[in-house]
Amino acid sequence: MLYMKAGWKKLLLILVVLTAWVLLYKNLQSLTDWLIDSLLGLTGGKHFTESLRFFIFEVPKVLLLLCLIIFFVGIIRSFFTPERTRKALEGKSLFTGNVMAALLGIVTPFCSCSAIPLFLGFVQAGIPIGVTFSFLIAAPMINEVAVILLFGLFGWKVALIYVVTGLVIAILSGWVIGRLKLEKYVEEWVYQVSNEGQEENGERYSFSDRIAMGLSAVKEIVGKVWIYVVAGIAIGAAAHGYVPESFMTNLMGKSAWYSVPLSILIGVPLYSNAAGIIPIVSVFIEKGVPLGTALAFMMAVIGLSLPEMVILRKVLKVKMLVIFAAIVATGIMIVGFIFNTIM
Amino acid sequence: MEIKVLGTGCPKCKTLERLTREVVEKNSIDASVTKVEDIVEIMKYNIMSTPALVIDGKVVLKGRVPSEGELKELLTK
Repeated sequence: MLYMKAGWKKLLLILVVLTAWVLLYKNLQSLTDWLIDSLLGLTGGKHFTESLRFFIFEVPKVLLLLCLIIFFVGIIRSFFTPERTRKALEGKSLFTGNVMAALLGIVTPFCSCSAIPLFLGFVQAGIPIGVTFSFLIAAPMINEVAVILLFGLFGWKVALIYVVTGLVIAILSGWVIGRLKLEKYVEEWVYQVSNEGQEENGERYSFSDRIAMGLSAVKEIVGKVWIYVVAGIAIGAAAHGYVPESFMTNLMGKSAWYSVPLSILIGVPLYSNAAGIIPIVSVFIEKGVPLGTALAFMMAVIGLSLPEMVILRKVLKVKMLVIFAAIVATGIMIVGFIFNTIM
Repeated sequence: MEIKVLGTGCPKCKTLERLTREVVEKNSIDASVTKVEDIVEIMKYNIMSTPALVIDGKVVLKGRVPSEGELKELLTK
């Protein structure tokens, strides 16, 4: 009875917060305009005014989206554990396995620091290397922060294109890696690791546990990325107002065929998270960089990171890492060329 | 009681180790806390996400850092 009461209180609180969220989000543009035009009395149309307007509008908008969606993603993720994902992938045929692994890569909680135990756990369960790679490519590339930022700054179409092409790259790259039979390039000790003696111990969560997990996901992720969001949008806002239109058209425009491979080459060693890089890319697009090139750049930065390679080096031989990076980079390049041609 | 914190050295693993030591000390729990960083050792517990908490050989938590209250409950149970 007491528990029920507490549950209702929590639910009511969530409803109040959600209503406040909707009201604030809906009125953000008029609030920003009021602040800029009336309260501060700045003249519209000037570079500084427009940069400031962009910044004051975009920062709360993106942060609001992040809080809301990460909360729900946190709840959804409480239903998916790496152990369950492994179970689902056991004994699947190559292509089906790749598709499922890429899809599960989106929803299974994953942090690159857990890449090694996850990799070992998959290998122990006899999951083919190609299927494991589909997971390892999709999980970091298609993460909620990237998708929310793309949605907030580019709209749902670009966000959807990113998710779908990311999935295709993860599925096909994993499939190719599977066909190449690269098992011999995994470090030998991996196959000797044993996990006898421990039974599966699934945790059971109540509804209010899951709400709490959603909230702690918001605290953890937003607490970590907000500074990148603010910095990224600040740089974006400055460029938005001051850098002339079509500034980058010549260098990185459609006519320059090398722009896609070049942006991947710049993107791979550049280590940043989605929160910092996407606001800056949004300005690239505004200043004349075509979508395919921008997409390739973001995927290279977010999906192919050097620190993750270093972590994976523990279990994979250098040759395997090089093949892996080359296949994924080729996939990203094809996506870049396709979108530069059709858009 | 024998408490083991499993983790390869990621920030979350360090947080869990620190928090565990704090809770043990605050509540004067009679336990030894050790950190296991060797991946082969870690894999013997059949976990796929770090950090994890092992009490007397049993995995009680994995993949996340609990709140202080939850951790206290786990350790005093």
